[in-house]
Amino acid sequence: MSKKALLINYEYCTGSHSFEIACRNELGIGLGKWGIKMLEVPPFQIDDDTWNWDNAPILTSLCDMCEERQSQGKDPACVHHCLANCIEYGTFAEMAKRADEITGKVYVISNQ
Amino acid sequence: MKEEWKWGTEDDYWVRTCAWSAPGCHPVGCGLKLHVVNNKLVGVEGDEEHPVTKGRLCVRCLTLPEYVNHPQRITHPLKRVGERGENKWAPISWDEAFDTIAEKSKELQAKYGQDTVMVIQGTGRNAAMYACPLAFGIFKSSTTLMGISGYSCYGPRCAIAEFVFGTGYPELDFASYFPDSYDHPGYEVPKYIIVWGKMPLTSNGDGFFGHSLIDMMKRGSKIVTIDPRITWLGAHADTAIRLRPGTDAALALAMLNVIISEDLYDHDFVENWTYGFDEFKERCAEYPPSEVAKICEIPEEQIYKVAREFATNKPSSLMWGLTFDQTTTGGQAGHAALAMLAICGYVDVPGGVTIGQPSSFLGKWRVDTRSNLAPGQFENRIGAKRFPAAGKSQWVCNPDITLECLETDDPIKIRMAFIQSTNIISPTNNVQPQRWYAGLKKMEFTVVSDLFMTPTAVAFADIFLPVATFAEMDGVVLPHYGRNPFFIGAINKAVDNPGVKSDLEIDLGLAKRLNPEAWPYKDAQDFYDKQLRASYDFGFDDLRKMGVYQGGYTYGKYAKGMLRGDGLPGFNTPSTKIELSSLLFPVWGEDPLPYYHEPYYSKYSHPELAEEYPLVLTTGGRKYTSFHSEHRQIKSLREIDPVAKVTINPVDAEKYGIKNGDWVTIENWLGKCQMKAWVTPTIKEGVVHCEHGWWYPEEDPTEPNLSGVWKSNVNMLLPHFCVGKLGFGSIYKEMMCKIYKAQGLDG
Repeated sequence: MSKKALLINYEYCTGSHSFEIACRNELGIGLGKWGIKMLEVPPFQIDDDTWNWDNAPILTSLCDMCEERQSQGKDPACVHHCLANCIEYGTFAEMAKRADEITGKVYVISNQ
Repeated sequence: MKEEWKWGTEDDYWVRTCAWSAPGCHPVGCGLKLHVVNNKLVGVEGDEEHPVTKGRLCVRCLTLPEYVNHPQRITHPLKRVGERGENKWAPISWDEAFDTIAEKSKELQAKYGQDTVMVIQGTGRNAAMYACPLAFGIFKSSTTLMGISGYSCYGPRCAIAEFVFGTGYPELDFASYFPDSYDHPGYEVPKYIIVWGKMPLTSNGDGFFGHSLIDMMKRGSKIVTIDPRITWLGAHADTAIRLRPGTDAALALAMLNVIISEDLYDHDFVENWTYGFDEFKERCAEYPPSEVAKICEIPEEQIYKVAREFATNKPSSLMWGLTFDQTTTGGQAGHAALAMLAICGYVDVPGGVTIGQPSSFLGKWRVDTRSNLAPGQFENRIGAKRFPAAGKSQWVCNPDITLECLETDDPIKIRMAFIQSTNIISPTNNVQPQRWYAGLKKMEFTVVSDLFMTPTAVAFADIFLPVATFAEMDGVVLPHYGRNPFFIGAINKAVDNPGVKSDLEIDLGLAKRLNPEAWPYKDAQDFYDKQLRASYDFGFDDLRKMGVYQGGYTYGKYAKGMLRGDGLPGFNTPSTKIELSSLLFPVWGEDPLPYYHEPYYSKYSHPELAEEYPLVLTTGGRKYTSFHSEHRQIKSLREIDPVAKVTINPVDAEKYGIKNGDWVTIENWLGKCQMKAWVTPTIKEGVVHCEHGWWYPEEDPTEPNLSGVWKSNVNMLLPHFCVGKLGFGSIYKEMMCKIYKAQGLDG
């Protein structure tokens, strides 16, 4: 079976935390635990006109790629609720191919 | 959207709905599916069929079950049994609560006149639609207001738009009127979007779904931010202008100067559809970019760059934010920003700004409720004659004069307060909350309606009315409160909680006892059905099946005779055109043209204070995790944002010996408060930004602590009555302060 993965187009990750809470709701886990969690590169200035501010969701051991939702034909909870529509899902190979097509900041992530 | 809005079994079902507070938010109407098991909300899912939000949800809706099922929710009416401030209550029935309020108001009004009863409303919650009808149509009192200095939330922008454009609220065109959204034939995304004094990603201001900006960025829109902070949007913008707070009007006039002097404007539109261009042009010439760059403390090149890009890339657009309400010359900045849109030809065109129709659903009924007042009563409401421009555009009393009225009992002694969905002493709306606290303590009788026991309720309430969440009520959501309604959404009750009522249901219960003729509705469904049928050929049940109703949008209405009552082409203003030079402002003693002057309090207007208070204090930036003073009980959200934060530039932090995460006291001659430092280069040097709305429900709720409501209360540092000639404008964004290291939340 192919490894499943998420693609994060983090050019557009606004750091809304929606993915964290949507994931927690799905997994039924409490405070202090996450299936997906945001890491932040704090904002800094590159030159007069350019700033850098990156938010990067990372998968923990609890993420099961929303197996149950996917089996019902739904997308994973973080993908579904992401305010910026910047998360995609599929096999690692599909996501790697897709990442190659996207201009700008992108990564493919899996915990499988 | 599919017709079915409820599916499943009797005990385990889903309900489709559109979100609108409570819990507090603007009328964005995000699409949700609510999962209910045994009459308990157990889950939420974003509705992918919703034409605007398309399944996306923010953390406030994703934590809705935690909010709805919270153990501290008040789920039956209460009457006070101890002293005010002791937080001692006894449960009563809704009948007893309504009867008590009706009897008490009748008794006081018989003795002291109708206006002795005051209705105070908060912001955002759907109660805002019904606060004036509650005051006018039920209590027959003209004393109603949102207690915010200078009316400085949304109202001033709406008034300026009404005076200059003769329309409702001009909003960035994000294709939200169309079921096919951005793919609608003829629609195009703006090439540049100036996001000015606003952070829509977190605020979703007044119905604009903030992350639509990300949709448009992906489709090619470039962003310009104008803000003393580099927000996330600013960090991803083509240009971020980090100006000195309160200098927005000067910047707008300088950009207009560039657009006009370099002949980049739309001659056809200016000649045919604007009034007063020649004098306007002369005024703009008084604001050369070289001088304005010094005033705003920004690079001069940014003024030229943004002005040229905005004017020459058609269509472009502009979003104006709360800054335009909460700065000394914000009204003038607003006039100038609208003029930028107009002279570049971006009004009522695809990818520019849409403009609301002059009247809308619920609008007529809301106006009609004024007929319950005695002749002259409305015209004589507090402050209406002193500030006639505000009196014309705002139905409420003047908030600054009302505070003085509470203190002096002049011109009337207010004896009863109905505080509807506002935690008025938390640092959310009022400046000088300590003075409002003293004024409201004088009431003989006070009702507070809310969802949780707030510091405001503990301090003042004799009766507490528990309000329903949107999961527990039927209703309608109307973006921009009808002033630019992209759609109408159905709010469908999913959970039956007999102990609580929606704001409308509370009003209906009171109306039955006090003025049934003015509110001839059986229940909420009957109300919405009749209201919808008055404007459309469908009723409430039909709307439930539609999910949302999108009426579409006609561009270029001004040329088609669709904006004026007489059906002629033009705008609904005295000159029938967009008024670059206002015919109305001079009538009220105001300059017909926009201008800039220094903020009430700055290093230039008060140099004698600048040595002691060298920093600019600005407030009001939004978080994903709260709506003003709400959501402080929600542990999942407090885990993300545990305490109030003050944003400090590293240069200032070093100067005052403050490290990231330190507790800091922010202080000026009016008061002080404590917040934790976020040291970041994103904030302009010399400026600190203080979060608003903080109180701590985990702390002792009784007097004098009141859940720590005074500890991070930045509004205590903001002065009263710093308003413009029209009564609009304030200083929430541009005050003076100093900072120093503190030991903790208590100082």
